[in-house]
Amino acid sequence: MSDPRAPGGAPPSAAGEAGPLPGAPLLEIADLRVAFASEGGVARAVDGVDLAVHGGETVGLVGESGCGKSVTALAILRLVEHPGLIAHGSRVRFEGRDLLALAERDIRAVRGNHLALIPQEPAAALNPVLTVGSQIAEVIRAHQHVTRAVAAWRAVELLTSVGIPDAEKRAGQYAHQLSGGMRQRVLIAIALACGPHLLIADEPTTALDVTIQAEILELLDGLQRRLGMAVLLITHNLALVAERTRRVYVMYAGQIVEEAPTGALFAAPAHPYTQGLMAAVPRADRPAERLAAIPGQVPPATAWPSGCRFHPRCPFAWEKCREEMPPLLPAGEGRSARCWLLAERQGPDAKTPSPQGASGGR
Amino acid sequence: MDGERSAVSGTRPLLEVADLVVHFTRRTGLFGTRRETVQAVNGVSFAIGRRETLGLVGESGCGKTTLARAVLHLVERTSGTVRFDGADLAALRPAELRRARRRLQIVFQDPYASLNPRMTIGRAVREGLEVHRLARGAEADRRVRALLEEVGLPADAADAYPHEFSGGQRQRAGIARALAVEPELLVCDEPVSALDVSVQAQVLNLLADLQVRRGLSYLFISHDLAVVRHVAPRVAVMYLGRIVEEGPADALYAAPRHPYTQALLSAVPVPDPTTRRARIVLPGDPPSPVHPPAGCPFHPRCPHPAKDQTCLTVRPELTQLAPGHRVACHKA
Repeated sequence: MSDPRAPGGAPPSAAGEAGPLPGAPLLEIADLRVAFASEGGVARAVDGVDLAVHGGETVGLVGESGCGKSVTALAILRLVEHPGLIAHGSRVRFEGRDLLALAERDIRAVRGNHLALIPQEPAAALNPVLTVGSQIAEVIRAHQHVTRAVAAWRAVELLTSVGIPDAEKRAGQYAHQLSGGMRQRVLIAIALACGPHLLIADEPTTALDVTIQAEILELLDGLQRRLGMAVLLITHNLALVAERTRRVYVMYAGQIVEEAPTGALFAAPAHPYTQGLMAAVPRADRPAERLAAIPGQVPPATAWPSGCRFHPRCPFAWEKCREEMPPLLPAGEGRSARCWLLAERQGPDAKTPSPQGASGGR
Repeated sequence: MDGERSAVSGTRPLLEVADLVVHFTRRTGLFGTRRETVQAVNGVSFAIGRRETLGLVGESGCGKTTLARAVLHLVERTSGTVRFDGADLAALRPAELRRARRRLQIVFQDPYASLNPRMTIGRAVREGLEVHRLARGAEADRRVRALLEEVGLPADAADAYPHEFSGGQRQRAGIARALAVEPELLVCDEPVSALDVSVQAQVLNLLADLQVRRGLSYLFISHDLAVVRHVAPRVAVMYLGRIVEEGPADALYAAPRHPYTQALLSAVPVPDPTTRRARIVLPGDPPSPVHPPAGCPFHPRCPHPAKDQTCLTVRPELTQLAPGHRVACHKA
């Protein structure tokens, strides 16, 4: 099956319409459930997530802290640690293989090879007592049969490709000798060491200053174009999603609540949570006005609300929302949202034009 | 919050910072035998009027937090003055300084820093009332309840411990504690940086409401340019210990004059996929405040096409380019 729109050519920051790509997805998650046993009860951190990433595309997974987005990333790589458990019946297919069914040594062969992760904390993710060059070489030698010398040479080459000047010297240095931006570049080099087909980037720039963040994202864009890999960008930052992704999943309380092409999502968010989130973001490109805050807090994962999990904070909620959990309902081309308003055959916009009471006094 | 707020009224500013310099020495090297001087704040001047907000933006290491501490008289100044309501804080006697300090409070990024984990929220808020002898007994209880209500916390919050709260609730408690002593100026150091978007908006709206209700002045420090635009009608941009640009927010954001401000603004992502802007990518990392460059501190990274020998050797002073809009650049 060869389609002109298929992998490789998808512009990483495509903002236009983006329907589902043809062909089997590179990554396909179905009914993923991850639970943690804690003192306060069982936390259902990820609760029935379906998600797909096609070759070459950049997909955003956006949500606030505690929504389950990082646990989703860990579950894909099978890095969920005790007391977390991935429930039976969850499926994570990557390049046609069910990762959850693989033996431990087989999953290790996938991790860091065709499927790589850029973790959240550049400082914590690097080994303080190994030079950065040897850490990259270690990953290469774990997956490829090459000599030490070749791996070391490849490491320097990778450091150069992620824009580290004087790579030969840097390869011999330790994490603490590098700035935050440099460390993040090293982690990208490690992730790229074996030419991944899918890169999972979990808040890759959250710890960085805005000018450094811009540099790192430009770097990722360039690498993605050159290598044709797919990226799953996990972030709380709607602006990053707007600028960098082709399709977006919005997560709330352990579930996907909306899925849409990026352009369509920002033009007209369908789920009241997405609407609220967008109205709450301060913008540097607009004069100040009162922000529309979403009332209340994200509920704890040990006690998700009944029915629609957003109902206690939703300006549109009615009886049905409190009692019955909505499924993901179609919301236009390539879109769906977990909201009963869609079953009413009218968008939330049609029902009440401005959810947050016309954004306060001006 | 009004887009335009009246400028400083005829009277003198509430806070006046003039030529403030804060250098400190730290030991480095394997055995801590070498000493180096960190030039954290290097000649900063600004003023904040009553009921006014000044936004201070800058990236990590630019000196904004040290500046906040120097304003609160929590770190020693190397030179320069900080005048609060006309009085030089360094010249005050201990009792006077204590009284002045009550009128100047701080809200931290991490409310954990200001809330004792073994103290209930009620006691934490009450502490300030008692230290400054503002209220005791039943009157203090009543005030604590009123403060918690004012910041949007439930009445039973007084008996809760900080760990029982979410991040947003803890920040509300931190604000209640700062407000207890009835300050006139709040220094807000990254007050919403640790919060999620939906909760961040709640806290920003709360700060806006409190300002109107209590007539507060804010020095609002943040690395987030979008947040600062929302709270501050006037904004100062800091780089390597100096203010490089200061002006009305609308003018500064619409048409930044300093090359650093231009680069900073171009790097801020915008939540709108239909907007595409030219991004100015700065080469390298900011230089160390131990060895700030000669001339313009920004010159090693400056992309300005007209950069010349003057920039490398002569430090540009803040110069007024339009009413209230000051820029430190030879080429602006």
